[in-house]
Amino acid sequence: MAPTANPAPVRRADARRTGATRKPRRNAMRRREALTGYLFITPQLAGAIGLVIIPLVVVFYYSLHDWNALSSSFTFVGAGNYTKLLADPSFADSLVASAWFSIGLVTLNIVLALALAVLLNQRLPGTTLFRTFFFSPVIVSLVAWSIVWSFLLQFDGGINGFLSAVGIQGPNWLRTGPTAMLSVIVVQVFKNVGLNMILFLAALQSVPLELREAARIDGARAWRVFRSITLPLISPTLLLVSIITVIGSLEVFAQIAVLTGGGPGNSTTVLVFFLYQKAFRYHQFGYASAVGVVLFVIVLLLTLAQFQTRRRWVHDEV
Amino acid sequence: MMRSDQTEPTPSGRSTAGSPTKQPGRSKAVKPRRAHPPIWWWSRICLYGLMAVMSIPFVFPTAWMFLSSFKPQAELFRKPPALLPEHWVLEPYINAITTQPFLQQYWNSVYIATLVTLGTLLFSSMAGYAFARIRFPGANFLFMVVLVGMMIPAEVTIVPLYRAANALHLVDTHVPLIVIPMLGAPSVLATFIMRQFFLGLPGELEEAGRLDGLGRVGIFARIALPLSKPALSAVAIITFLKSWNLYLEPLVFVSTKAKFTLPVGLTQYQDSYGELQWNTQLAATTMTVIPVLLVFLFAQRQFVQGLAQTGLKG
Repeated sequence: MAPTANPAPVRRADARRTGATRKPRRNAMRRREALTGYLFITPQLAGAIGLVIIPLVVVFYYSLHDWNALSSSFTFVGAGNYTKLLADPSFADSLVASAWFSIGLVTLNIVLALALAVLLNQRLPGTTLFRTFFFSPVIVSLVAWSIVWSFLLQFDGGINGFLSAVGIQGPNWLRTGPTAMLSVIVVQVFKNVGLNMILFLAALQSVPLELREAARIDGARAWRVFRSITLPLISPTLLLVSIITVIGSLEVFAQIAVLTGGGPGNSTTVLVFFLYQKAFRYHQFGYASAVGVVLFVIVLLLTLAQFQTRRRWVHDEV
Repeated sequence: MMRSDQTEPTPSGRSTAGSPTKQPGRSKAVKPRRAHPPIWWWSRICLYGLMAVMSIPFVFPTAWMFLSSFKPQAELFRKPPALLPEHWVLEPYINAITTQPFLQQYWNSVYIATLVTLGTLLFSSMAGYAFARIRFPGANFLFMVVLVGMMIPAEVTIVPLYRAANALHLVDTHVPLIVIPMLGAPSVLATFIMRQFFLGLPGELEEAGRLDGLGRVGIFARIALPLSKPALSAVAIITFLKSWNLYLEPLVFVSTKAKFTLPVGLTQYQDSYGELQWNTQLAATTMTVIPVLLVFLFAQRQFVQGLAQTGLKG
């Protein structure tokens, strides 16, 4: 993962062969080579600067201003938006909602993905079919998936219908606090767990069978083999998957919009949904930008923290 | 995989998975040799049972969506719920197409996702190749600059991007929906995947191309790119799905119904009283989901393997 560009081995071999006697030509070639390199990265680099880095700087700038798009007022308030955020109970709610959502989603997603990958890795005949089943929601459009689940989770919807058939009166899943959050998490887990499952499956399949056999011959039980051999060997994948999942969990928006609309109350108004409401419903662009900065800082801190802990629990960085 | 017969069968049944000749019955010839054949069979049945139960939440919603889309509105919330429609109707489908420019929205989604995918494939493979293979001053630093995008949720920068689009009169056009995913933060992962792949490509192949008189561009286009099909297919899948699923951006940038993409269009099926037209919505959802699902079923080998191979192994 270390962002070091590899000095192409081809170039070195080339340089040796042409030798110092043809220095001017070598320099010219090197210049042309470098020019090609710059040319190749230009579109992506321009995108990174123009669509990511400059907007990021601008978000910081906006966040220092009181800016209501409707009255088109734009005045410098310094840290005003941030102090306002700290005092805003609905912002606190959204932090709590985001925390619950992320913790629930990441835990459930990683555990389930790993469990499914281990199941599929038993290579029983016919597991391809189940792999297809588990993976299929990844292919289903996110909004479509959310719509179907919101249909199922209605008070008079399919799930409560089946529950009442066995004599249980189900709750109004999307309209009561705890079950609303739970529903949103579970719907999202089933939607995307297949992707992580595939990545884990690929990692599991690269664990040498001999190692596990050896441990087993030494008398280790299945769980012990998994914990002491398999898990350390797939830890690089585990790290990357968890980073992607954590960041992804903070970006959740469409599911919330379709399933609960942030409710009931503010119980499922996660950060991005809060940001969207402030910016595009109430047109408080400065305030929303401050939320964006907070979101950015959270993602940054989480990513750094995960890399920091890498040495402790990642066995071998590939 | 197994070299000897004496090894104990694992509880998972892996050690015997290689012997397809084994009969599922209680064959007496096998019984005395194996220490715990009944346990082995039970665990196998348990595993299948577990996988079958686990499949329900993954498969049932899609099936329920499909079947419910043929039900009249009155049958949707019937108790107890019936899996199959009592009266199969096509009205929901007709309504889905006529109450909204659904087909136009469909086309919007398809062409935007296709353009984004093609553009991302081109630009990310170029950048990934340069960062992996070409030596130029500042490469490390510039790669870091690009990589920043991987740590920034697209939502963080939505306000400035919206303002910029507004200033350039690009609001209510598809340009932001194409350009931002193609070159902005969402495309960084693609560049990262491509670079990782090109790093692992053996240098000798390029050397051979060079001896044949190919320049950098030639080596890239004729040697490196054709070899990178697994990575390209993974990038294509990820990118297409991401664009296909995009919801916040079209919601923010586009306001005309005929310019909506599917995810936004799907949420707009309400009657004049603001009541959701469930069966119409489910019909539209079915039309959105099923074609992509079918493509996946036919191409799933490349699909899954492409993703797994590129492996995002770091």
